[in-house]
Amino acid sequence: MNLKSIRRAAVPGVAALALLMSACGASNETSSSDNNGDSGTSLSGNLKGGGATSQEKAQEAWKTKFQGMNSGLTIDYSLLGSTDGRSQFTSGALSFAGSDSYISDDELKKANERCNGDIVEVPAYISSIAIAFNVKGVDKLQLDAATIAKIFDGKITKWNDKAIADQNSGVTLPDLKISPVHRADDSGTTKNFTDYLNKVAPSDWKYPAADAFPVSGGLSAEGTSGVVKQITDTNGTIGYADASQTGDLKAVSVKVGDAYVAPSPEGAAKTVAVSPVVSGREATDIAVDVDRTTAEAGAYPVILLSYLIGCKTYTDKAEAANVKGYFEFIVSDAGQAESSSFAGSAKLAPETAKKAQDIVAQISAK
Amino acid sequence: MQGRTDVTARTAEAEDAPASWASVRGGVGDRIFSGAALLAGLTILAALAGVFIFLALKGATGFTKAADVYGPHASSFLGYVGPLLVGTFTASAIALVIAVPLAFGIALVISHYAPRWIAAPVAYVIDLLAAVPSVVYGLWGAFYLAQKLVPMHVWLHEHLGPIPLIGKLFGEPSPAGRTLLTAGIVLAIMILPIITAITREVFSRTPRLHQEAALALGATRWEMIRMTVFPYSRSGMVSAVMLGLGRALGETMAVTMVLSVGFNISWNIIATASPTSIAANIALKYKERSADLLNVLVATGLVLFLMTFLVNFIARWIVGRSERRMAR
Amino acid sequence: MSAVQEVTERVHVPLVQPRLPRQAPAIMGVVAVAFGALLMVLGMGMISAVLLGALVYLLALPLWSMAVEGRRAATDRMMTGLIWAAFGIAVVPLVSLIWRVVSKGVGRIDGTFLSYSFFKTDINAPVGVYHAIIGTLLITLGAAIISVPVGVMAAVYLVEYGKGNKLAKAITFLVDVMTGIPSIVAGLFAFALFTLIFGPAYVSGIGGSVALSLLMIPIVVRATEEMLMLVPDDLREASYALGTPKWKTIVRIVLPTALGGILTGVTLAISRVIGETAPLLLIAGATDRTNMNLFDGAMTTLPVLIYGQNLRGDAPAEAIAWGAAFILIVIVMVLNLAARIIGKIFAPKK
Repeated sequence: MNLKSIRRAAVPGVAALALLMSACGASNETSSSDNNGDSGTSLSGNLKGGGATSQEKAQEAWKTKFQGMNSGLTIDYSLLGSTDGRSQFTSGALSFAGSDSYISDDELKKANERCNGDIVEVPAYISSIAIAFNVKGVDKLQLDAATIAKIFDGKITKWNDKAIADQNSGVTLPDLKISPVHRADDSGTTKNFTDYLNKVAPSDWKYPAADAFPVSGGLSAEGTSGVVKQITDTNGTIGYADASQTGDLKAVSVKVGDAYVAPSPEGAAKTVAVSPVVSGREATDIAVDVDRTTAEAGAYPVILLSYLIGCKTYTDKAEAANVKGYFEFIVSDAGQAESSSFAGSAKLAPETAKKAQDIVAQISAK
Repeated sequence: MQGRTDVTARTAEAEDAPASWASVRGGVGDRIFSGAALLAGLTILAALAGVFIFLALKGATGFTKAADVYGPHASSFLGYVGPLLVGTFTASAIALVIAVPLAFGIALVISHYAPRWIAAPVAYVIDLLAAVPSVVYGLWGAFYLAQKLVPMHVWLHEHLGPIPLIGKLFGEPSPAGRTLLTAGIVLAIMILPIITAITREVFSRTPRLHQEAALALGATRWEMIRMTVFPYSRSGMVSAVMLGLGRALGETMAVTMVLSVGFNISWNIIATASPTSIAANIALKYKERSADLLNVLVATGLVLFLMTFLVNFIARWIVGRSERRMAR
Repeated sequence: MSAVQEVTERVHVPLVQPRLPRQAPAIMGVVAVAFGALLMVLGMGMISAVLLGALVYLLALPLWSMAVEGRRAATDRMMTGLIWAAFGIAVVPLVSLIWRVVSKGVGRIDGTFLSYSFFKTDINAPVGVYHAIIGTLLITLGAAIISVPVGVMAAVYLVEYGKGNKLAKAITFLVDVMTGIPSIVAGLFAFALFTLIFGPAYVSGIGGSVALSLLMIPIVVRATEEMLMLVPDDLREASYALGTPKWKTIVRIVLPTALGGILTGVTLAISRVIGETAPLLLIAGATDRTNMNLFDGAMTTLPVLIYGQNLRGDAPAEAIAWGAAFILIVIVMVLNLAARIIGKIFAPKK
C-alpha cells in the first residue's frame, strides 16, 4: 500500500469531516484565556513524558495546573509502565520518565549516554499502600508482616485463625474463609507490597519482590480500581491497593516496632525521610532504598515511592526549560499540595523536598 | 455471507459463458483493471503473510528467553503458554456450548417463526449489539453479572459437584463469581450477535420452493426446517460457528476484566482463580512490560494466530466434506 | 426422507387429524404463568419460579399434543417452544445490556461533553470526549479507505476474473481465515510492523487504521462477493454484446448495480470494528488533546477512553465511560440506518 496515495485520499475525507464538525480542536483547547491567573513563566511547546501508571492521577493534577500556568505548553504523560518508561527515556523518545523503582546500574550507563552526562532522579510521588479488608462486623484489624504474608500465601485460610485473633483481642472474628485479592496485571504496587513482605517477614514470604504477584489461587482483579471493587463487593476479602483509592474500606494497621500503624500520608513521608539513599550515585540522583523494617514511631513502611527521571543537561534549549520548569513545579510545595489534594498522595518531607528542589534547579541546556 | 455452495455453482456456470468473452476485447484498460483486481487479491495474501512474518520477527526471541522472564509461575515458553492455551480453549468451549443453540434459536425465530413486525426490530437490535464495545460487556460482566451468578456457583457445586466425572467441573466455588464459567457466559453473549447475524441470513435464503414443497407434503414446520433449511444452510452454519469461535478465542477485554487469574490448570470451571486466555494475558501484561516480556507476549500472539488458522482450516475441511456429501 | 415414508404410511388413516384448539399455546401459557405465580406465592425466588413455569410450558404442551395430535405434531410443538425459549433466554441479557448503557450513559451527554476534550488547565474544569469521537471517526475512516478498495477489488477478482482457479480458491480460504483473526493479533501485527520500521516508541492513528482494516477487509470481501454474484449475467452479456470491454462493463454496469449492497456491507464492517479496543490500545495510544493528524502522535478513541476511565474507577470517570459507550452505540446506530437507507436508494429496481 502506498502511503502517499492513502494520504492523498485521506485529505478530502478529513476536510469533509472537519467541516462537518465545524471546528478543528475541541472548544476547550482553542483559547488560552480561561486559565487561572498566576502565570509567572510562559513555557511553550510539547513536553513528552511517560512511565509508571501509579502516577496517573498525580500527573493529571500536576500537568493540569502547570498547563494553566503556561498557556502555550502541552504535557503528555503516557501510561507505559515503569520499565518501558525508563527504556523509552534512555532511547531518547521521551524527555522525562516516571518510574516506580529507581534506575538500575545497567540502565544508568545507557541513561548517561543519552544525557551526555548525569541524570536527574528525584522522588516525586509517595503513597501508602493500604491493606484493605471487607469482613462483616469487623471494623479494625491489626496484623504483623508475618501474618499478612501467611494470609496472602494461602497458609492462613480462616478469619478466626489464632494468629489473627491473638493480635486482635476484643474483636469478634467470624468463622469465614479468607479471600486474598491481588493485582492481575503487573504493577509497581505489587512490587512494593511483596518487597515489604519479603524484607520484613523473609521466613514466611520467600518470593522476591516482583511486578507480577507470585502466588496463584487467590482472587485477582485488573488495576487498583478492580481490586478495590472486588474487595467492596465480596465479604471475607483482603487486598492491597493505593491508599488514596480505597475509599470507605477499612485498612489493616501494620505492626511497626511494637506499635500498630494505620496507613497515612504522614506515615509514608516519614518512612521515606528515614530511609537511606543508595550510595555511589551522582549528587543529582536521589535513589532511596525504602527501609521497610524501620521501627521509627509513626512510620508506615508499606509505601510506594515513585520517581521522576530526566537529564541534567539537554541539548535543546526549550526542552531543558520545559523539563526544568515542570520538575521544579512538581517538587515545589505547591506542586506537592496539588497532588496531595487531588491524588491523595503524601507530600515530600521538608528535607527531602529541599534536596529535590536544589537538584532540579540544576537542569540546564548545553 | 452465504454458503460456499453458491460460489462454486455460480462460477461453474460462469465458466461456460462469459469466460470466452473475457479475452475478446478490452486491451490495455482491461489489463490494468484485471491487474488491479489481482493485486487486491494478492494484497490479502500479502497481509496474512505479513501478519505471520512480523509477529515471527518480533516474537522469535520470545520462545527462548531466560527463565525469569517467564516467571514467577513458569520457567519456559511452553510452561508459560500452556495454562493460557487451556484457559483460552475452556472459556471458548463454554461460550460455544451456550451460544450456538441460543443463536440458532434466535436466527430461526427471526427468519421463520416471528411475524415481520417483531423480526425486523429484533434483527436490528442484534446488529447493534455486535457493535457494543467489548469493554462494556466486560464492565457488565465483571461488576454486575458475576455477583448475580454467585448463588448459581454454589448451587452447581452442591448439586453437580458430587456426581463423578461431571462433578470435577464444579469443585470449590469462587466467592466472587469471577470464574471461567462466568467469563464463558459473557463470551457467549458477545458472540451471539455474530453467529445470529450470519445464520439468520443463511436461513432466510433457503429457497422458498424447497420449503413450500416440504410443507405441501404435509411436513410440520419443524420437519420442514429440519429437512430443507438445515441441509441448505449447513456450511453457512458451520462458518458462523467458526467465526464465533474465532471471536471467542481472540476476545480480549471482556475476559481481562471478568476472570480472576491463576496459573494452576484444573478441571474446576468455577474455581476462584483460573488460567486466563492468551489475548487477555497480552492486554493484562502489556501495560507494565519490559522489552523481553513484550517479545514473549508477541510470541503468544503468534501461537494464537496459528491456532485460529488451524481452527479455520478444520472448519473449511468439514464444510467441504459436507458439501461433497450433499453433491452426491 | 424418513418423513416422506411416514407421510405415505399415514395415507390410509383418516385425512383429517385431530388438532389442538388454536388457543392451546395461550391456554398452556396461562397455566404456566399461574403455576409460576403459585410457586412465588409459596416463597420461591423469582428466577427459579420463572424457570420452572417455563419448564412446565415446555413439557405440558407437547404432552397434551402427543395425546391428541400424535408424535410429529408434538415434536413440532416442543421445538417451537424450545426455539422461542432460546430466543427469550438470549434476548434478556442483550436487552438488559443495552438498557444499562442507555440509562447510565444518556444522562452524561451535554454540549460540553460533546465539544470538549480531556485537555484542561484547571483541575476542576469540565471535560468531554470530543477528542475521542474525532479519533474514532478518523481511525475508522482510515481503515475504511484502506480496506474498501482492497476488499471490493479482491471480490471483483474472485467473482469476475478468478472463476474458481487455484489462486481464487486460496484467496477465498484466506479470507475465511482472516475473518477469524483475533483483534489483538491484528493489533500486535500493526504494532510489530510500525515499531520495527519507525522505532519502539512509535504510536499513531494510522497504525490503528491498519490493524482495523485487517479486520474489515474480509467482511467487505464477503459482502461484495455476495452482491456481485447477485448481478444477473444477462446484464453482463448485454454489455459485452454492445462491444463494451470487460473492465468497463464491471465499472459501469456490475458495480453500480451492486452498489447498494456493497455500501451496506461496508457500513456493517465499520460497525463491527468501531468498538474494537485491544488493537488500538496497543498501537494508537491515548492523549488528552484532539489530534487531527492520523500520521503523527497518539490518538484517543472512544473504546480506549472507556477502558481507561473504567480503570480509574472513581464515580465521575465511570459516568464518562458510560456516556462514551452511549455515544459509540449512537454512532453505530446512525451508520446502520444510513446503510439501510443507502441500500434502499441504490437497490436495483425490480
